[in-house]
Amino acid sequence: MLSFVAQRIVKGVFVLLAIIVMNFFLIRLAPGDPASVMAGEAGASDAQFVQQLREKFSLDKPLPEQLFIYVKGVVTLDLGFSFRQQMPVAKLIAERLPATLLLTLTAFGISLLLGITFGTLAARFAGTWADTAITVSALLFYATPIFWVALMSILLFSVYLGWLPSFGYETIGANYTGFAHVKDVALHLVMPAMTIGLFFMATYTRMTRASMLEVKRLDFVKTARAKGLRDSIIQRRHVLRNALLPVVTLAGVHSGTLVGGAVLTETVFAWPGIGRLLYEALLQRDYNLLLGVFVVCSAMVLIFNLVTDLVYRLVDPRIEFAS
Amino acid sequence: MLKKFVLALALASVSPLVFTSTMALAQEPKMGGTINAVIQPEPPGLMLALVQNGPTQMVSGNIYEGLLRYSKTLEPQPGLAESWTISPDAKTYTFKLKQGVTWHDGKPFTAADVLFSIETLKITHARARNNLVQLDKVEAPDDYTVVFTLKQPFGPFIGIFEVGSMPIIPKHIYEGSDVKTNPANNTPIGTGPFMFKEWKKGSFIQLVKNPNYHVKGKPYIDGIYWQIIPDAAARSVAYETGKVDVLPGGSIENFDVPRVSKLPNTCVTGDGWEFFSPMAWMWLNNRTPVLANKKVRQAIMYAVDREFARDVIWNGLGKVATGPSSSAIKFYTDNVQKYPYDPAKAKALLKEAGYKGEKVRLMPLPYGETWSRWGEAVKQNLVDVGMNIETIATDVPGSNQKNSEWDYDISFTYLYQYGDPALGVGRNYVTSAIAKGQLFNNLEGYSNPEVDKLFEEGAVATPDSKRQEIYEKVQKILVEDVPVAWQLELQFPTITNCKIKNLITTGIGVNDGFRDAWIDK
Repeated sequence: MLSFVAQRIVKGVFVLLAIIVMNFFLIRLAPGDPASVMAGEAGASDAQFVQQLREKFSLDKPLPEQLFIYVKGVVTLDLGFSFRQQMPVAKLIAERLPATLLLTLTAFGISLLLGITFGTLAARFAGTWADTAITVSALLFYATPIFWVALMSILLFSVYLGWLPSFGYETIGANYTGFAHVKDVALHLVMPAMTIGLFFMATYTRMTRASMLEVKRLDFVKTARAKGLRDSIIQRRHVLRNALLPVVTLAGVHSGTLVGGAVLTETVFAWPGIGRLLYEALLQRDYNLLLGVFVVCSAMVLIFNLVTDLVYRLVDPRIEFAS
Repeated sequence: MLKKFVLALALASVSPLVFTSTMALAQEPKMGGTINAVIQPEPPGLMLALVQNGPTQMVSGNIYEGLLRYSKTLEPQPGLAESWTISPDAKTYTFKLKQGVTWHDGKPFTAADVLFSIETLKITHARARNNLVQLDKVEAPDDYTVVFTLKQPFGPFIGIFEVGSMPIIPKHIYEGSDVKTNPANNTPIGTGPFMFKEWKKGSFIQLVKNPNYHVKGKPYIDGIYWQIIPDAAARSVAYETGKVDVLPGGSIENFDVPRVSKLPNTCVTGDGWEFFSPMAWMWLNNRTPVLANKKVRQAIMYAVDREFARDVIWNGLGKVATGPSSSAIKFYTDNVQKYPYDPAKAKALLKEAGYKGEKVRLMPLPYGETWSRWGEAVKQNLVDVGMNIETIATDVPGSNQKNSEWDYDISFTYLYQYGDPALGVGRNYVTSAIAKGQLFNNLEGYSNPEVDKLFEEGAVATPDSKRQEIYEKVQKILVEDVPVAWQLELQFPTITNCKIKNLITTGIGVNDGFRDAWIDK
């Protein structure tokens, strides 16, 4: 197993390097550079001003040299300096990462828990009204655009009912501490986490239901029944455990992208996370920041994929690590 | 509310004395409280001598100050300078600085700070550099006097001292260091009514009251939270749910303004933009074969229904532009050729010009829904008169690049005019301002020696009556030539909870700081 993990890490480093080089050139294909954006925002741009900015950001150097400087930095864990935010990229990402992780892991946890539960129930009561209700709801959540869910939930829970705050991570200026702070953050978390969670929950519900129905028909389940095992044990030990494999695969793919994937939700709810940082960096052509977020997200995808492979082993001991 | 007003009127009719005292009582500022305002996008920094974008000016106008402020009619008012004199030959400007002013760290403010700021701004602040082009020397005969000597008279000179155009920064913090990388830029120190407290990136910027502010009794409020909310709809909701009290101009989409304005206890004002006078127009690339023809450019002016744009897209806010100058700035005249909406005339002019349906690219400004809709409306207007229009979609960096590289046919923009045609108008039409790779100059490539000469003379002419004569002449020529298609004098309403009083007291508006604002609890 150790050699498997070591091999995957070495491969991962090369993949990461390839991603950096590709993204480095890809984002420079978009028209405009940070100097032109900042000159535009300043409302006055003579040649001297634009040139000063380009020199400051090293954009006047040849592209290969810029790439070399960047890669050299990444190797020493220096992700460079954000042109626009005037801060080291690593510091910016580190500042925003906790908020994003809190949001996405909560959403991920809720969606997995509820998705598998509802999927199991739907499969258990396949063909009944309960199954129909769950399946139709899941389809609805799956098909509804995230931004619409976000805006409608703001309208309902913040504007009409006044139950939940509509934006932000915490109540600004309230300076809560201890449990009051936890409660405050939790209240702010509900809507954005549910917005992301509902979509993934729908996916897991449908996947679990389909997978369980398929496994239920297999011979070993019949054998278990023939052995006289109780239905709850068959469902849990035999059916669910085997049916979870595709769900784990899907969750593995999702979990990696969750780090940078909450762009829309974080923007609508003004959640100070990585997704928003990425979106703003893109609009401002903040090359270093964009690349930095890409590097962190790519690393996360690689790590989560590795973790997924390890989880397979736990779910299904028959799977062996090819070394 | 209405009942109270009626009652006050009734009382007033019975006893003028009662009315007067009630009014006086109502106007008495109250101390304390915090204002929550929206800021968007998040500023890149707060050091005003280095960063001059809109959000920075809005936040930092509370931290830093200029020598002067400007009334809503653009008359200079005391700021860090308490008085000023201009020599009869209009070449020497002497400012007497206010004594007893301290920086937020307690050090005294003196003329040395002003001299240091001028030298720094010449390097770091593109607009200040341009404004100081006629400056021969600046001296400080004593700690509280600053004398500017000009190479020749420069009409708009008295108008360049507001906080965004010429922020005064502390010499003792920056002297001997690289201003651009000084760590103090993260914790800006000014002389303004509010001090920097905290900036939680992506969430808020907190300013607190400067207890040693040099205007006795001010500011009235304890502090300001500038809240960073990236989505326009979310900003509307934040206001609607009472989480923010102030939506500075442009914070929410225009189509949302009428709805939000009608919310209970909501006050709306268009004041505070007089100095900037944002003017929207379409660059017409005079270099392209189609748009090089004056008749085509005039046809575009007749083809576009600008009243419709104002009434529908901008919800009745703003004014239809009559020419290159906004009606709010000096030396404006409306005694120029008029271009009413007249599609028939536009068609006739296009025919006369020999337009054969060549494709013309139209680039709307990528600043949100309002601008996209405006682009669509104009496209329809132009198609209706027989033009072949292709819309080019892009984002802000792309639009900046295409404009500055002259890679467009028709492109929307809006620019500030800074109170005087020599500062904010001439730069868009004179030949010397044609420079590829730069934004905010003569992007359309219009060149007319007579216009060049008039703008050159207008900047240095004295007295004002002479300047009026020159600028009226140049406005007439430009409106006849249509180098660009002027659309609207924009108005960005500031929306506030009515409990916030006296927020906007000058022509600089929200950018001039909240020093006069108070909360009626």
